[in-house]
Amino acid sequence: MTTPDLTYTKRTLANGLQVLVHTDPRVPQVAVNIWYHVGSKNEQRGRTGFAHLFEHLMFEGSAHHNQGYFAPLQQAGGQVNGSTNADRTNYWEVVPTGALELALWMESDRMGHLLPALTPERFATQQAVVLNERRQNYENRPYGLATAALTEALYPREHPYSWMTIGDAEDIRAMELAEVQAFYSRFYHPANASLTLAGAIGEDEAFELAERYFGDLAAGPVPEPVRASTPDLQAKHLVLEDRVELPRHYMAWHTPAMFAPGDAELDLATDILANGKTSRLYRTLVFERRLALDVGAHQASREIGGYALIVATVAPGRSVAEVDAVIRETVADLAAQGPSAAELERSAVQVEAQFIYRLQTCGGFGGKSDQLNAYNVLTGDPGYFRTDLARYQHATVASVRDAVAAHCRPDRAITLTVVPKGQLGAALPGAERVVAS
Amino acid sequence: MTAVDRSRLPAIGPDGAFRFPAIARHRLANGLDVRTVEHRALPVVTLVLLVRDGLGSDPAGREGLAAITADMLDEGTGAASAIDISDRMARIGADYDIDIRDDATVLTLTTLSRFADRGAGLLADLVLRPSLREEDLVRVRTQRINRLAQLKDSPAARGEQAFLGVVYGDHPYGHLAIGRASSLRELTISDVTAFHAAAFQPGRATLVVAGDGTHAELLAVAERAFGAWRAGTALPGIAPEARPAPPSPSTRLGLVHRDQAAQSVLTIGQLAPPRSTPDYAPLIMLNAALGGQFVSRVNLKLREEKGYTYGARTGFDWRRGAGTFTLEASVETRVTRDAVVDALAELEAVRGDRPVSGAELDLARASLTRGYSRNFETAGQVARSVSQLALYDLPDTYFEQFVSTMDAVTEADVARVARQYLDPALMTTVVVGDRAAVAAGLGTLGFGVPTELGLED
Repeated sequence: MTTPDLTYTKRTLANGLQVLVHTDPRVPQVAVNIWYHVGSKNEQRGRTGFAHLFEHLMFEGSAHHNQGYFAPLQQAGGQVNGSTNADRTNYWEVVPTGALELALWMESDRMGHLLPALTPERFATQQAVVLNERRQNYENRPYGLATAALTEALYPREHPYSWMTIGDAEDIRAMELAEVQAFYSRFYHPANASLTLAGAIGEDEAFELAERYFGDLAAGPVPEPVRASTPDLQAKHLVLEDRVELPRHYMAWHTPAMFAPGDAELDLATDILANGKTSRLYRTLVFERRLALDVGAHQASREIGGYALIVATVAPGRSVAEVDAVIRETVADLAAQGPSAAELERSAVQVEAQFIYRLQTCGGFGGKSDQLNAYNVLTGDPGYFRTDLARYQHATVASVRDAVAAHCRPDRAITLTVVPKGQLGAALPGAERVVAS
Repeated sequence: MTAVDRSRLPAIGPDGAFRFPAIARHRLANGLDVRTVEHRALPVVTLVLLVRDGLGSDPAGREGLAAITADMLDEGTGAASAIDISDRMARIGADYDIDIRDDATVLTLTTLSRFADRGAGLLADLVLRPSLREEDLVRVRTQRINRLAQLKDSPAARGEQAFLGVVYGDHPYGHLAIGRASSLRELTISDVTAFHAAAFQPGRATLVVAGDGTHAELLAVAERAFGAWRAGTALPGIAPEARPAPPSPSTRLGLVHRDQAAQSVLTIGQLAPPRSTPDYAPLIMLNAALGGQFVSRVNLKLREEKGYTYGARTGFDWRRGAGTFTLEASVETRVTRDAVVDALAELEAVRGDRPVSGAELDLARASLTRGYSRNFETAGQVARSVSQLALYDLPDTYFEQFVSTMDAVTEADVARVARQYLDPALMTTVVVGDRAAVAAGLGTLGFGVPTELGLED
């Protein structure tokens, strides 16, 4: 049988807004999803966290609806949310069909007319909220600051991926309302956005509504892509103290940009290494030798370049060095021999299933509307779904082996060990102490 | 084309029609309750197997038994090891999950419909033929004791554990599913075998199959996999609704110390009625207005007005027996006392001088009903919803009636249930935070000096 496809129709409005439509009438709801091609990589060192704070401001009101954005949409039975990462910012609603125009009115109002509603009080409150988001998700969460330490260790200090999207706490405190104007004019306009409508709506009606609500918004210049050169990692060991009971060991490598050659292979490789009980590292570290309580791996694929990360929590009474050695041996073996035919066959079924499961929902994070925008913004081809699947289906023993050998080299690996307070000695010999906040 | 009128928000049109999924009920010869739902959007099928024992069935001193038994199911069947089982899951692209609730253990498996029989067979192997080997138990028990140690690092888990301990006391709902280190150390393979025999019986289970097939095809999948399940002989324990009520809370103000914590995790709440309460509809409307969504009172106060937190919410945690109502927020350490004062003030106001208004009620009602059809988009959502009907003895017409049930709730109903079920004077506040920074302030709230809630081992 053939895998179902993610179908769409695309038109671009005169002001540059790209509009995608996908009809799925099963549930009388419509997903509205907008991507702005701006993320924390568009920031500068010393001004970090701005893109994310700005996302918060987008919910506080706009010129013609000068109050919170959640109330009218929730009143209409809609769901509302947004998120920011290094590469992009997205906003979405899922609304009953009768509230579609409400959602489009509101999204277009904040795309074209945000600033008159931005008061110093709203700005200050959201600064405080974001600082609390940072405390909740990083500072007061066990191992939460490992992300900050790894992010800094992976890239040189001025590299656009060298800070967390949430930003440095000092930078968030220092932000000024005056900076919002320039950021908004530069990044928040139709020519830097992609709008998808998916659900119980026909194509003609969808394009007509998109034109009606967004067609008269002023176009802006398409921002230049962010460029950065990424020097090769040099092997090193780092150690970070945290209020935790058990050491946790992280190993990371640079990987290719999203959709570049090797990217799909490294997704498969991280699965084969450490996802699920059939994975090589789970079997060795957790099941057989019991050196670790858990192990996982993933590859973060991004526009300029990705990284692969393996994470294991060291079992009581076992050493970081033992865990580190097993990870290195296992990665080296995959780099030398590649996956077994059985592993690859298993991955192929899992990949097919996951792609089909992804077609189950229209809205929200990861739903069909979000995927269409992702493909459109990141590849320029909203019809990339099948091509994307084929990348994984065409992977071979040799291509996975070669990608691991090329990118997961021992001399290009950094490690970070998070240790309980006062136990710096639990880390690997020679580990350099880092501080994260 | 006419220009957009930006002087006002567009009017809301009527809701589109939606047909809720038709549930077909069947009973296998062994007594298994099977419910099928045709959901034909994609070649996907989800199976949910629910058995009516969860953490609330853990015997005293054996806390964690339901969860460890659930964990042991995929540790091997027959000669197959845990790795073999996981390999079989992977070969059909399955998403498998087991959830230990207060009154149930719920296994969920989603796979492509061409693998429906293999998926159902795998699920049946786990439930009917688990090996339950001593050496696996030893390993799993050690893992769980270690995981419990790690939970001490998590302020949210510590808050939940402490709150449940205070409001339920020694009632069976008063512990986390994972149990306690002291009880886990005592668990033996015969405990697990006995629990499995008592809990996993066809006459006490419900299997929901939702996905790309006709009712007859989905039933046949269930029959082929579960037809051989033999009824057990072990007697089930006491029904959750028949248990004695929990005792009065041991304290109104508890503190779990977390050195130099950047935030304080607040849990404020009390016992609530069981899911079967006739006041369910007004209670969830009350909650939606008070703290169940972004624009609810407590989030608007603590986040949007004060900036104390990234988010504050309230919720009823329903059970077959007594449930809980809680307000939860993670707040900046220096505003801990002020945040508790504001939170308690909102809880007091909603039952006193500021009951839920007509406008708030309209908003709550719309948010609960107008988006309701979204809960039936995927086979997994449908299967899980149907399993909830089974768990709480709700009729198959529940989904169709949901909107009219909510529409019938009045302002007076909501005001009444607020007064009847929420009482800040009887609530317990648990704070996970830095003692040096917060204890003195909390001591001025009028509940006396906070009771230090130590770690359960």
